[in-house]
Amino acid sequence: MTIYLPIAELSVNIFIILGMGAAVGFLSGMFGVGGGFLITPLLIFYNIPPVVAVATGANQVVASSVSGAITHFRRGTLDVKLGLVLLVGGLAGASIGVFIFSWLRRQGQLDLVISLLYVVFLGTVGILMLMESLNAMRRAARNQPASLKRPGQHNWVHRLPFKMRFKKSKIYLSVLPIIALGFAIGILTSVMGVGGGFIMVPAMIYLLRIPTNVVVGTSLFQIIFTTAYTTIVQAATNYSVDIVLAFILMIAGVIGAQYGVRVGQKLRGEQLRALLGLLVLAVGLRLAVELVVTPDDLYSIAIGG
Amino acid sequence: MRRLLLTSATLAALLAGGESRAQVPLATDMTGKEGLDIGTSTSEIAITSDFRGADLTIFGAVTNSDTLLLAIGQYDVVVTLEGPRDDTTVRRKDRLFGIWVNRTAMTFERMPTSYSLASTRALSEVTKPQTLTQLGIGTDHMALTPTGYLSNAANLKDFREAFRRLKQTGGLYQGQEAGVRFVSSSLFKATLRLPANIPDGVHIAHAYLFKTGEFIAERELPLRVIKTGLEDSISRAAHESPLTYGMFSVLLALITGWGASLIFRRD
Repeated sequence: MTIYLPIAELSVNIFIILGMGAAVGFLSGMFGVGGGFLITPLLIFYNIPPVVAVATGANQVVASSVSGAITHFRRGTLDVKLGLVLLVGGLAGASIGVFIFSWLRRQGQLDLVISLLYVVFLGTVGILMLMESLNAMRRAARNQPASLKRPGQHNWVHRLPFKMRFKKSKIYLSVLPIIALGFAIGILTSVMGVGGGFIMVPAMIYLLRIPTNVVVGTSLFQIIFTTAYTTIVQAATNYSVDIVLAFILMIAGVIGAQYGVRVGQKLRGEQLRALLGLLVLAVGLRLAVELVVTPDDLYSIAIGG
Repeated sequence: MRRLLLTSATLAALLAGGESRAQVPLATDMTGKEGLDIGTSTSEIAITSDFRGADLTIFGAVTNSDTLLLAIGQYDVVVTLEGPRDDTTVRRKDRLFGIWVNRTAMTFERMPTSYSLASTRALSEVTKPQTLTQLGIGTDHMALTPTGYLSNAANLKDFREAFRRLKQTGGLYQGQEAGVRFVSSSLFKATLRLPANIPDGVHIAHAYLFKTGEFIAERELPLRVIKTGLEDSISRAAHESPLTYGMFSVLLALITGWGASLIFRRD
C-alpha cells in the first residue's frame, strides 16, 4: 500500500515506514534512547530528501520523548529545574541551528553536512558503545564487578561561577556548563533532527557528574521542548515538516518502544549494547560509503536561486 | 490513462468561422493573414493526489487558412504548456578530499517548472532553429539565461545540458512530436502529456502557427492547475500558514506521546 507524502512529495510504501518507526521505537525502548539519530539516516536511505528527514525526525522525537519523560516524572527521576536550565541553552542553540540549516540549504551544501555530521557522530558513538560493551563482557567473563565510574571527586567544571543548587539531583553546580551543553545539543537538534540524548546523557554523567538516575528523565524533558521548538521553526522557515510521515513514524514508534522496554528488561545489557553499537556503526558506514562512491549524476537541480 | 478533455466551444466556433469565410470570401484575399484560436471549456484543472500523469487535450482552429496549403500540409501547429516560472539552480559535484561535494552552481532565470510540447511534425521540420530559438519553443531552444556574474562561461553549455537532461528524466519536461493532428480542414487537436508531478499554479498554454516554415500567429491561454485532496490541503497549509502547521505537528506529537503513556501504563 503506497501513501503520498505531501511535503516530501513522493509516494512511499506505508509498511516500510511503519516498519522503520517500529524498529527504531523498539530499539529506543530497549536502550532508553530517543531514536532520532537512527530514524533520520533511515529516512535518507529511503530517498526522503534530507531537508524533510531532519525536520520530520525532530517532530517524531517530540512524541517519543513525551512518553518517556512522563514515565520518568511519575517515578520521580526528572529534575525539572535542571531541565529548564538546559533548555535555556537548548532553545538558543536550536535557533542558531535552524539559521545554519537554512544557510547551508541555500548554499547547496546541506545534504553533505548532514551526512558528514551523521558519519562522525554515528561512527564515534558506535565505536564507543562497542568498546564499552566488549569491556563489560570481558569483565563479566572474569567475574569482576563493574567499577562504578562516578566518583565524588571534582573537576574543572565544578570551579566555574554562577552556581545553583539542584535539589532533585542533589548537586550544586555552575549553570554555565549546563547552558553550554544545552546549546551544543540544540544546534545538533535542528541540523541533524535528533534529540541528542545519545550525547547529552554521557556528557551529563561524565562531565557534569549529575547522578545517573535523573539524567535520562531530565534529558528527555528538555528534548521535548527543543525538538518541539525546532519542529515549529523548521515548519515556519523551511516548510519541511511532513506531518503524514511524522505521524506514521510516531504511531509505530510509541508501540515499538513498549515492546522494546519489555524485551530490554529481560535481556543481558552488554550483548544488547554491543548489538546497538554495531548497528549504529553500520548506519554510519553506509552514509560514509555514499559520500565517497561516484554518484550516478554529478548534476542536481533545485528550484530557487 | 485518464483523459482530461478540455473541450471548448470549438465546433460551434468553427462552424461560425466557416460561415463567415463563406460569407465574406474577399476578407481572406485582402488580408491574407491567418489566425489561430485555441479554447478550453475550463480555466482550471483539478488534479487529485492519486494523479499519475494524464493527457490534456486542447482543441483549436486555424482561421483564414488557405485550403490548398492546408490540404498539402503546409500549416504546422505547435502547442506547449508551460508551468509556473521560477529561478532554478543546477549544481555540479566534484571530488574534494575523496568526498563528492557540490562545487559549482548556476542559476537560470525564471524557468518553467514544467513544460509539455506537442506539434504536428518534428520541430526541426516545422521551422528553422533560429525561429525556434527566437520564440523559445522546445526544450532545446528555450532561453536558459544564467543570473548574476558568470565566472566560467565554458561551463554554461554543460549546465544547460544538465538542466534539460534532469528536467526530462524527472518527467517535468516532455515533448511529443505528432501530438497535434488536424481533425478537419482547420480544426486541430493537441494532446499534451501532463507529468505526474505537475506543479500547482497558473500554467500557460501557447499555440504557434507556422506556414511553410514561417511563423504566423500565436495564442496563449492561462490554465490553473489545482491539486485537490487531503495531501494537497496539507501541503498548502504547510506553505500558507507554516506557523500554525508547525504548532499542529507538535500538538499531534504531544498527544501521541501522552496517549501512548496512558494506554501502555503498567508501572
